[in-house]
Amino acid sequence: MRIHPEPPPAVELVDIHKHYGPVNANQGITLRFRPGAIHGILGENGAGKSTLMKILAGFTQKTRGRIRIHGVDVDFRAPAAASRLGIGMLYQEPVDFPVLSVLENFMIGQTRGFRLHRKAFRERFESLCARLGFSLSPETPVRQLTPGERQQLEILRLLSMGTHVLILDEPTTGISSFQKETLFKALRTLAREGKAILLVSHKLEDMESLCDRVSVLRHGKVTGEMERPFDPNALLKMMFGSVPSPLKRPEMPAGAPVLILRDVSAPGDRSGLKACSVIIREKEVVALAGLEGSGQGVFLRLAAGLRVPVSGVLRLRDEGMGGKDGIAFQKKGVAFLPTARLEEGLIPGLSLLEHVALKYCRGFRVHWNVARDQAARHIRYFRIKGDPEMPVESLSGGNQQRLMLSFLPDAPALLLLEKPTRGLDFESALWVWDHLFRYREKNTAVVFSSSELEEIFMVADRILVFYEGAVIRDIRAADTDIHELGSAIAGKA
Amino acid sequence: MTKRHWKVFGLSLMGVFGFTTGILMLAGAPPMEAYGLLLKGSLGSGKKVGAVLTAWVPLTLCAVGLLYTFRIALWNIGVEGQMIMGAVFATAVLRFGVESRLPLFYLILAFPAAALGGGLWAMGAGLLKTKGGVHEIFAGLGLNFVAQGILLYLIFGPWKRPGVASMSGTAPFPPALWLSSVSGMRLSPEGVFLAAAALAVTVWMFRYGRLGLVFKAAGNNPTAVMLFGEKPGRYMILAMVLAGAFAGLAGSVQVAGVYHRLIPSISSNYGYLALLVVMLSNYRVALVPAVAFFFACLNVGGIQLPMVLKIDSSLAGVIQGAWVLAALAAVAWLRKEGRPEEAR
Repeated sequence: MRIHPEPPPAVELVDIHKHYGPVNANQGITLRFRPGAIHGILGENGAGKSTLMKILAGFTQKTRGRIRIHGVDVDFRAPAAASRLGIGMLYQEPVDFPVLSVLENFMIGQTRGFRLHRKAFRERFESLCARLGFSLSPETPVRQLTPGERQQLEILRLLSMGTHVLILDEPTTGISSFQKETLFKALRTLAREGKAILLVSHKLEDMESLCDRVSVLRHGKVTGEMERPFDPNALLKMMFGSVPSPLKRPEMPAGAPVLILRDVSAPGDRSGLKACSVIIREKEVVALAGLEGSGQGVFLRLAAGLRVPVSGVLRLRDEGMGGKDGIAFQKKGVAFLPTARLEEGLIPGLSLLEHVALKYCRGFRVHWNVARDQAARHIRYFRIKGDPEMPVESLSGGNQQRLMLSFLPDAPALLLLEKPTRGLDFESALWVWDHLFRYREKNTAVVFSSSELEEIFMVADRILVFYEGAVIRDIRAADTDIHELGSAIAGKA
Repeated sequence: MTKRHWKVFGLSLMGVFGFTTGILMLAGAPPMEAYGLLLKGSLGSGKKVGAVLTAWVPLTLCAVGLLYTFRIALWNIGVEGQMIMGAVFATAVLRFGVESRLPLFYLILAFPAAALGGGLWAMGAGLLKTKGGVHEIFAGLGLNFVAQGILLYLIFGPWKRPGVASMSGTAPFPPALWLSSVSGMRLSPEGVFLAAAALAVTVWMFRYGRLGLVFKAAGNNPTAVMLFGEKPGRYMILAMVLAGAFAGLAGSVQVAGVYHRLIPSISSNYGYLALLVVMLSNYRVALVPAVAFFFACLNVGGIQLPMVLKIDSSLAGVIQGAWVLAALAAVAWLRKEGRPEEAR
């Protein structure tokens, strides 16, 4: 603990409001962030965390309220202006230039004039890397980096531009546990150097292992703040109003084979899929574990008929599926839920209602009143926070996921889910799994990929471990533990 | 229309007037007189309005077709060639009618034939796009040149006037093979009806038709549409065929209603102009007839500008271009500010 007199807050947000039409994303939020501390912003999906941070980063305009930096009122309307004030934000999705090299990406936004001064930047890049314990090679093209490495690059760039208030939006989503450790270590170093670190997350464990102080948002308002040491139950209560109940998982024996792969190889992702032989049975819940891009995505898309194997045999029950397309797979009862919701799963620009009509109104004419009733049922049963006329891109991530789940057929033979709870808070994730388990009563086989080991152990009967495109383990969840699985994923078999 | 709409509208209008006035003064023409001529030349008499409507028909038909392809995010720049092929197919059918005792039969048959010709031509570009991976702009442009070549070959070869082949086209058809016309004009009521019907069908299609919904969905995200159980490639070809069919109909109206023969400039660039009409309408059916009418006015009213004011004939084109740019800028401005920023 410091005994020095309290320094002025690095950032003060006073009575921030943000309205998107009728939706109030932020309703009178007042928060202070000290320099030299790691401050957590905790809340479930749609609580208003990202909106608040985007306002601070100049990416979005506030409806009203005040922002003070080191005790001085400021008003800015663009990320560049915020950046001049020393505020930098690491967004959830990488904002970089994949074809340029690491060093070139690092230099973007920092060079002025005609000459590039490559050498000076290279030295600055390498010294920053060393200080934070990152190991990035300056000449690698960015498209070859993992999401975690792209994140490190962006942090370096922000720091080099003079950021002293660093905002990170869900930085632990989609990166490996090793990269998470590296990131946390670097953030602690930066806090010691006097920077204010703002960590946005819905993960309690991130808060517990990293933050000095946590503010909890719910429905666009601050519901509580807490200094270390944290009481997890109190935090959960601030997040949800009440502590969610744990998952009940009925035991069920596996049935007849549904999906059979024999020596299947296919290109895609970083590693492709190499000579994969797997049998998936009815009622099984099978987890695909592995580092990002180790072949899980290719496996799911092959099984959904969206990608064609270059060799090997793929069968659904007794039927060979060679040369069939995704629609034929759907007719055989295969349903696929991609993780990139707005890129692959939903249609930006179309409203929730139009999605429902597209799915269920199959005649020549769309009967909008029928679609409207159907949409109302989806909204009610799947507890989607949104209006039928809203374009899907304005729904929060969790609600987009619920909408996609609502389009799954009633009794599929095979459900393929790519990171089904990615970006969801704990309560939503429990709800999703509770819903998915019900499919097993209809003999559905459930196959999902996940980077969260806790989730895998919570829900899976069987685990396939992918490493560089090959299935290196096929084990029952009961026969292994989290440490053994962790080292298998890292290739230390 | 909100207050802001009016503000943007007014500002761009002022901007464009300032710009065109400047251009006219530079060219040494009195601006007010030029505007007056434009207005009088297009709306000054019943006859002029008739001429405007004559241009409005093919422009609207082509624009309506383009609404389908834009909806599925395809740039059907091949609309010119599709209109030409429609005219060629219509002429082929009408040629059978010349000696026939049932001219009306062939006159009616010319229209579905023209739709088929335009549709097939568009299907070529659609197949190149979906099966061959050729961008529809290149496929369309290429097919435009081929269509133009076929047109000239027919006019100067197999279908030439007895004795002479000339730029004035094939031998005129007998009046029995003509569409009816308002007295003393080239305007045919059937053509106006056809364009109006095309508009009505499209309004219905986009509001209640499943096809309109699937086009929009496949245009916004073809990958996701697959998960909704539809094959985007199939719908792309269908949208192209529909656009081609409408363009083909425009071609047949020009042959049977306006020129009564096939001429080398049968498409009169209405296809390209229709692309502008649709963009300026912000891809909305409701605005297409009005914008098409406005362009038809500029087209018809601009004809006598060079003659009366002794200015270069390309100046009418410059004015038209300035209007287009101003309107596009206004639309982009409204879009940028009108929408609340989306959550990233």
